[in-house]
Parts: sequence; C-alpha cells; structure tokens
Amino acid sequence: MNAHPDRRGGTAMRLRGLVRKEFFQILRDPSSIAIAFLMPVVLLLVFGYGVSLDADHIPMAEVTEQPSTDTAAFLAVLRQNRYFDLQPVADMASAEAAMMAGRVNGIVHLRADFGRRLRAADGAPIQVIVNGVDANTGRIISGYMQGVWGQWLQQVAQARGERLNIPVDLQPRVWFNSELRSRNFLVPGLIAIIMTLIGAMLTALVMAREWERGTMEALMVTPVTIRELLLGKLIPYFILGMGSMALSVAMALFLFHVPLRGSLWLLTLASALFLLVALAMGMLISILAKNQFVAGQAALVVTFLPAFILSGFLFDIDSMPVVVQLLTHVIAARYFVAILQTIFMAGNVWPVILGNALALLVMALLFFAVVRRRAHKRLD
Amino acid sequence: MWRRILALLKKELLTLLQDKRSRFVVIGPPLIQLLVFGYAASFDLNHVKLAVYNEDGGSASRQLIARFAGSPNFRVVRNVRSHAGIAPLIDNREALLLLHVGPQFGHDLVVGTPAPLQVIIDGRDSNTALIALGYVRTIVSDFNQTWARDHNQQGPPARLQIRAWFNPNLESRWFIVPGIVGLLTLVVTMVVTALSVAREREQGTFDQLLVTPMRPTEILLGKALPGVLIGLFEATLIISLAVFWFDIPLRGQLLTLYTGLLLFLLSAIGAGLMISSLAVTQQQGLLGAFLFLVPAIILSGFATPIANMPAVVQKLTLIDPLRYFMVILRGVFLEQTPFHLLIDQFWPMAVIGICTLAVAGWLFRHRMY
Repeated sequence: MNAHPDRRGGTAMRLRGLVRKEFFQILRDPSSIAIAFLMPVVLLLVFGYGVSLDADHIPMAEVTEQPSTDTAAFLAVLRQNRYFDLQPVADMASAEAAMMAGRVNGIVHLRADFGRRLRAADGAPIQVIVNGVDANTGRIISGYMQGVWGQWLQQVAQARGERLNIPVDLQPRVWFNSELRSRNFLVPGLIAIIMTLIGAMLTALVMAREWERGTMEALMVTPVTIRELLLGKLIPYFILGMGSMALSVAMALFLFHVPLRGSLWLLTLASALFLLVALAMGMLISILAKNQFVAGQAALVVTFLPAFILSGFLFDIDSMPVVVQLLTHVIAARYFVAILQTIFMAGNVWPVILGNALALLVMALLFFAVVRRRAHKRLD
Repeated sequence: MWRRILALLKKELLTLLQDKRSRFVVIGPPLIQLLVFGYAASFDLNHVKLAVYNEDGGSASRQLIARFAGSPNFRVVRNVRSHAGIAPLIDNREALLLLHVGPQFGHDLVVGTPAPLQVIIDGRDSNTALIALGYVRTIVSDFNQTWARDHNQQGPPARLQIRAWFNPNLESRWFIVPGIVGLLTLVVTMVVTALSVAREREQGTFDQLLVTPMRPTEILLGKALPGVLIGLFEATLIISLAVFWFDIPLRGQLLTLYTGLLLFLLSAIGAGLMISSLAVTQQQGLLGAFLFLVPAIILSGFATPIANMPAVVQKLTLIDPLRYFMVILRGVFLEQTPFHLLIDQFWPMAVIGICTLAVAGWLFRHRMY
C-alpha cells in the first residue's frame, strides 16, 4: 500500500483491465463498431457522390422570336458545351411558366431584331434570365454564359475576317486543382466533418452510461484513479477512431481519386491530434450531461451542424462577419479542414500545417483539462 | 382513449422539459445556431485577399487595379515585387488570388492588341475559386467596356444582359436562411424523438408501457405529439427570426408554409420514432439518428443542388423528407409559389410519414428484447 513503484505497476494492470472491459463492451453492443466503420463508409459515399458544386446540363428555356442563321450560330455554341441543356419554347409566357414550375433554371431570350442589331453600332442584346433563388447556381450560370458568349464573339470575328478586339484578355491559372474539381476539396473537408461526428459519438455516451447504469459507483470503490478511468475509456476509442480515419483516407484516395500531395505520416499525425480533440469533446459532453439521454441530444445538436457550416469546408470563413469568424475558432473541424485540404492538394506547406496543428493541440489540452476537472470520483 | 394519450403526452413533455439541461438542449441551440449560421452560411465572398504584381506601373494598369481595390469583394493585402514572391503567398494562404500585370500591358492596350492579365488563384477550395474568378471577370469586362468606349473602339456585336429573378442581387443568404429553417426543424424533431423509445427500452420502462391498457396506436400518438408541439413551436420561432431579424422576404401564404411544416414534422417524427424503436440502447438510437440526419441534410439540396448529383443519388433523395420541405420553404419565402403548385411536394411527405409511423407502431410490439 505504501511503496511507490507498487502503485505504478498497479496502474498498468488496472489500465489494462479497464481497456479490456471497454473492448468487451464494444464487442457486445456492435453499435460502436458500426459508428467507427459503417458511418464513414455510408457518409463518405453519400457525401462524396451527393455533394457536388459542379453544375452541368443545367436546363434552360430558349425563346427565339425570329429564327435566323445568326440566332442559329449563337445557339449552336450554347448547345455545344456540356453546361446547358436547352429546351426551346414558343414564347416568354411559357418560358416563365416553366421556370415557376422549376423545370428550367433560366431563360435565354433572343429578340426578333437580333440579326439586324448585330450589325448596328451598339450591338444586339442577348437577354438571359436566371432563377436567383439558388444564388450560387445563378452565379455559375451567368459565369458559364459569359464563357459561351466569349467563344461566340471569337467565332463571329473570325467569320467576318476581323481580329477580336478585347482590350484586356483575362488569363486565369488555377493552382493545386486546375480542373476545379469540387470533389478534390469537398472530400478532405468531409473527412474532417465525419471524424468530428465519429469522435464525439464514440465517447459522448460512455461516461454517461456508467453514471446512468450505476456502474460508476461500483468503479468508485475500486482503487482505480480518475485518470486511469479516463485513459481506459480513451485508448479503445482512439484505436477505433484511427481505424475509421484510415478507412476514410483509403476511400478518398482509391474511390474518389483525390490526389495526396503531402506525406502520409504527417496526415496520420494530424489525424491523431484531431481525433484526440474530437474524443475529448465527446467525453466532455458525456461528463456534463451525466445521463445518456441529454448527452445524446447534445451530441446531435452541437456536433454536426456547427462543423458543417462553420468549418470553412463549404462556406468561406474569411467572408463571414468578424464576430462569426471569431466563433469559428472554437470549432476544431476548422483547423482540421485547413490541414487536410493543404496536405491532400498542396503538399507539406509547413506554415499552414503547423499553425493549425498548434491550435488543435491547445484545444486538446484545454478539453482534457476541463474533463479532468469535471470528472470527480464522488457521488453527488 | 384521449385521456390515456394525454397522460402519455404530459409525461413525455415532462421528461423533455423538466430536466434543466435537456430543456436547454432542445430550445437554446437551435435559436443560437440560426443566428450564427444565418451570418456564416453564405457563398458570397467579401474582402477576398488579393495580391498584386504590377510590372507595368502605367496609368492604365493602375486604373484597373484601382477597380479591384475599390470593390467590396476584394482587399489588396500585398504588392509583390518579383516572380519569386508569388508562390509562398498562395501556398501559405496569405492571398487567395494574385493579379499579374505584365510589363507590356499599357503598350498593348494603346496599340490595340489584347493585353494579357494573368490571374493566379488558389484552387484548394474550388468553389471559392470559381466565385472569386467570376468577380474578377465582371470587373475586367466592365473595364473593357469603359476602355472601348473611351477610345472609340468598336464594341462587340452583341451584349449579354443577365438578370436574376426573385433574388435580384443573387444574395445567397436569401437561399440559405430558409434552408436553415428546415435543417434546424429536422434536428429538433430528431432530438425529441430519436432517443425517446430507445431510452425506455434500455431502462426497461417500455415493457411496462406495453402491459398497460394502452394500444400501440395510442403509444405512438403519445410519443409523436410532443415532437409536433415542440417542432411547431421551434419552427415558428425560427421562421420569425428569419423574417424579422434577417429580413428574408416571406412572399407566399402562411397557410401553405404551415401545411408543409406539419407534413414535414409528420415525416421527420415518423423517421425518428422508427429509428428509436429499432434501437435497443440509446447509443444505437444516436447512431441511427445520425445515419438519418446527416444524409437527409446533405441530400436535401440545402447547400448543393440535387440536379448536380448523379442519377442514382437523385433517386435516393426521393425518400428524404427534407428535400420536399426545402422546395416548399424556398418557394413560399421567395417565389410566392401558390398552394396547388406544391402538391407534388406535400403528398410524398405524407406517404413517408404514414409509412414510418406505421413501422414504428408495429415495431413497438414486435421488437422485444
């Protein structure tokens, strides 16, 4: 009872016992294993195929008041590319009806005087109406339209034997993701969201369950210290979580063909760090809630939507109001999204990775400190 | 029969609202989240970090750059002096894009050969890159028009006139906030229903409930009604916030909106109770809730259009009640869609609701542990 080394040896033994017990519990209710391995597969499949910002074959109504070779030439360019799916309609009234019913996203309207004004000084108007409800798609449509219009202008100039006269010629170069494949940035971001869910769900109920079932009181009469108890809970779920991370990365690389330009060991290290934060958050929920019902409710409310909306994975953080930007700093997924997008697409860019990893480390320490403080070995 | 249902309803409401922590979780976060997300969730970009590498330095190039500096969408963070300075800036995310004006720029403009303006953009987030590039395009094409007019050059033979209906400034907040109403309503109903049966099963009180004179239909009603009440209450709060705080126009009829809301609640509660009665422990209930909630939100068309999804996934969205509610919310809020045009959105939710509730009721008696 008195010797110091004795106690230490006891720690290892007690810890082993706790971990063993936790593993048995995991095996008995397979939902933990389902969380670790079924969730990432289902969610990555749904997300990976479901979330895409690359619009093509956008249905557009087309109204040509007086068909001619001029209008045909413009419409041919419009039809050539994969962006639009033109549906000719007789007049504006039916085009508007189609847009109200949601059958088309926009209208291309060529007036009767299109051919005549083409030769006039101020040029012919090409009227494009987009349904602005989905503002993002509306913007994408107008961007594509400008591209098509530019192509057509070049053709017209060539046909007239002129050189196209544009003062400034914009030449965009996109780095890291030259085809602008949205999947390349969405999939790494999704992994961060999914790991947030998995980490929190694995641990959100474990402490609360012991309280609720009364087994916490049984544990209290054993020589197990609170630190051993927390470690005993953490280790098994950390192993499960790293397993699901490995599965997610494998899916990203081999199923979605996202390039991995940084190093794998750095990815592993960053994932381990993030997983610690996510698990600690779950534990914190578990300890604060004290019963599974409230813990489960809290996990539903505070994990998914904040990570989804405030992590910068879909919505640009720099464009948010300053107060909201400050708020995003408490969302661990934010740092992990930045790290993952950089490691996958840009490589080992140390300034980005170190800064974000440091933030994760601080969060992990902070969470564990709070967990340690709030987890008492007493009844109340 | 009604007395029994009422008693169960009362007990359910008590379990949800009596515990201080539980009451807070049900009521507080959704409202806070609407406020935060309403500001955060937007595809519009402000103050995009822009770097400039101007090798020309003439007045034309400075005019062009002034247009960028003056736009609310951009913020010039750095002037680069050499080629070598470009890469670290983009790599380290200090700037999202860089304008490179070559030394011949002013000369080309005056002579009338197209003057190249190179834009280097960080494609890590391809959507942000695309949007920023769109802003750049607009500024450059405005500049071109002014230049051509001022220097009496022949304009292009046709002009594009792009106009957006229902949302003339293409503000994505108008699109997103009504969507958040749907999201939060779904989360609240899941919180209320997904664990309610699972908890009783885990604690053994569900068996007691089954041996009372209550029939499964009555238990079902008693379990479903709290969700309807709390869902209606929260949704009303959230809708009022959207209208009065975020100034989102509510152009359609409230009757249409609430018909949609009620049917949506029916289907969401059905799904929640079905998950809950399948689960034997609360952990299983929570897993089920997430496995329903997350795909339901992703596939609803909330942030990314359903039309962009592959055909198979588009079919899958048909069983997602939120998908229909999204159309109703946006239609009623922005497009003033009349009741009869939304019937195709109403009936699938009713079907989903009835099916899931029926399965949940059946599971009450047939899944024993």
